[in-house]
Amino acid sequence: MRDRTFAPSRMLIYLVVSLFAAAYLAPLAVVVLNSLRTNEEIAQASMIGWPKQLAWRNYAAAWSGFCVAETCAGIRPYMLNSVLVTIPATIFSTILGAIAGYAVSLWRFRGDNWIYGIVTLGLFLPQQMRLLPWTIVLRDIGLINTLTGLVLIHTIQGLSFTVLFCRNYYVAIPHELIRAARIDGAGFFRIFWRIILPLSAPILIVTVIWQFTHIWNEFLYGVTFTTGQQQPVTAALIALSAAIADIPQHGVQSAAVIIAALPTLLIYLLGGRYFVRGLTAGAVK
Amino acid sequence: MAALSIRTLSKRYANLEVLKGIDLDIESGEFTVLVGPSGCGKSTLLNIVAGLDRPSEGTVEIGGRVVNDIPPKDRDIAMVFQSYALYPSMTVRQNITFGMECRHVPKAEQEKALTNVARLLQIEPLLDRKPSQLSGGQRQRVAMGRALVRDPLLFLFDEPLSNLDAKLRVEMRMEIKRLHQRIGATIVYVTHDQIEAMTMATRIAVMHRGVVQQFADPDTVYRYPANLFVARFMGSPPMNTMPARLEADASGLVAVIGAGRPDEVRLRLQGYDAAAPFVGREVVFGIRPECIAEGSRVFSGDAPIVVNAPVEMVEPTGAETIVLLRLGGESALARITPDIRPTPGTPAAFALDTRRICLFNPETERLIA
Repeated sequence: MRDRTFAPSRMLIYLVVSLFAAAYLAPLAVVVLNSLRTNEEIAQASMIGWPKQLAWRNYAAAWSGFCVAETCAGIRPYMLNSVLVTIPATIFSTILGAIAGYAVSLWRFRGDNWIYGIVTLGLFLPQQMRLLPWTIVLRDIGLINTLTGLVLIHTIQGLSFTVLFCRNYYVAIPHELIRAARIDGAGFFRIFWRIILPLSAPILIVTVIWQFTHIWNEFLYGVTFTTGQQQPVTAALIALSAAIADIPQHGVQSAAVIIAALPTLLIYLLGGRYFVRGLTAGAVK
Repeated sequence: MAALSIRTLSKRYANLEVLKGIDLDIESGEFTVLVGPSGCGKSTLLNIVAGLDRPSEGTVEIGGRVVNDIPPKDRDIAMVFQSYALYPSMTVRQNITFGMECRHVPKAEQEKALTNVARLLQIEPLLDRKPSQLSGGQRQRVAMGRALVRDPLLFLFDEPLSNLDAKLRVEMRMEIKRLHQRIGATIVYVTHDQIEAMTMATRIAVMHRGVVQQFADPDTVYRYPANLFVARFMGSPPMNTMPARLEADASGLVAVIGAGRPDEVRLRLQGYDAAAPFVGREVVFGIRPECIAEGSRVFSGDAPIVVNAPVEMVEPTGAETIVLLRLGGESALARITPDIRPTPGTPAAFALDTRRICLFNPETERLIA
């Protein structure tokens, strides 16, 4: 039999696939390489090139030394802002989504499908359409330019996804479990806490990963509703570019971008396989 | 005292009437089986008794107390489900004590009740396992343990054996019956399996299209089915039913199957005086397969009634031989001894037990005699 590995058609496939992969990875490669080159080097040569020597100080500068919007503390405070927004919003939207998903899937009540439909309709509303209503809401409750305001937005907007995920997971749980628990004397929350939640690990991992990545990477709300010291890191990166518009600092900028992307990359590397597994898992074996 | 009384109970979903004016009185200590084909409303009725569903009209009384507005947990009932509904993340021990935990029963009492039930059901070695580590029969036992530990006024069983294989089903059937005899509990048991109904029940409620067709002890249901539906539903193979003409001569009533045909079968009936008004009319003639046997069988002291009938098919089951034959042109099944194998396509002699015949009104389908 002929060795198929070296068949010309096979080689062609590998070639095409490699080209696509290279095209997708090129921006990442440029940013990673530039984050390790000095400014002079980038200015003298070009945006694309190997570092002559590894300029690790770019990372130090990006983290805590560089000036953004007249404060010279690097992107560290903005990273902290992002953490303070992302973690509570992820937790709240996941908990509320699990409870709501449990309610609409396992407790039949009048209008349950309508409520579910309206909540998930949020998935299809463009973000821009929500800016104005949120401006009014945040203004009226006094949360403009606060991290709390962003937590509120992300918690509520996140419900569309978390309810969808959890509801679709919970519908596979047999209703007889709920009936048995009701006869045993357990109420809505006791059943959730003692019976449903222990079955929920796969879908909770999925929603946490999903919410964390989306809230961390979110930009529009951050840049619209916060300014200066209150900005999450995604919005601050833009400010950083603006601040150094006259003297380009591509090395430091690249390092800042990579630092800002690290949390979601880590989540993906650590939790990626649970994500796929959780999406395909059934609740009760 | 009636453990359970159901009064003029009905249930409608939009335009669909699932239960139509159900009246049932179940005495304390009875093993009542609600049996019927799927969609007859039996599970809906059980769910209404449990409080998991609300009736559209009518009342449910448990232990003399109207429970329509009382939630399931306060009805003093326990329920065993078809899928067992064991809590997957809890151990057997936790599954059994969960109800007591919800009712804030002191720990020591919980432990005592658990030990008793575990011993009764012989599940002591399983207490620390998860449901996923149990076999079907073991799960079934744990599900019963969860019900028993409550010591309720009323046990509700919703097709608890349907998920088991045939062999285990027979074992568990006996076990549940034995349990009932030991603890004397009041049980309402839903099944679509008429054999379960016949073997376990002290009284059977046969349901069809949201109506209780007959509510009586198993022998009565089997011997005097209230109507054609009950006659055909209870028993396997089912009762043979065929049109017949009722005639009368000097010595009494005669049922004629296939009247006017050369092979018509004339059967003299004794003790069917209630059928006299139907003389000269068509009736539905019902005879159970076990009342048709090989020609040499003697059913009673009287002169045996033997007919010659063509054999169409033979099904040996080991314990008996089922024969499909033609009686006056109508198909009928017979159960004969296993060592006799009539040849299909040829006539054979069959003895008939005419004391256990049922006659039905063809219009109302109700039992005449």
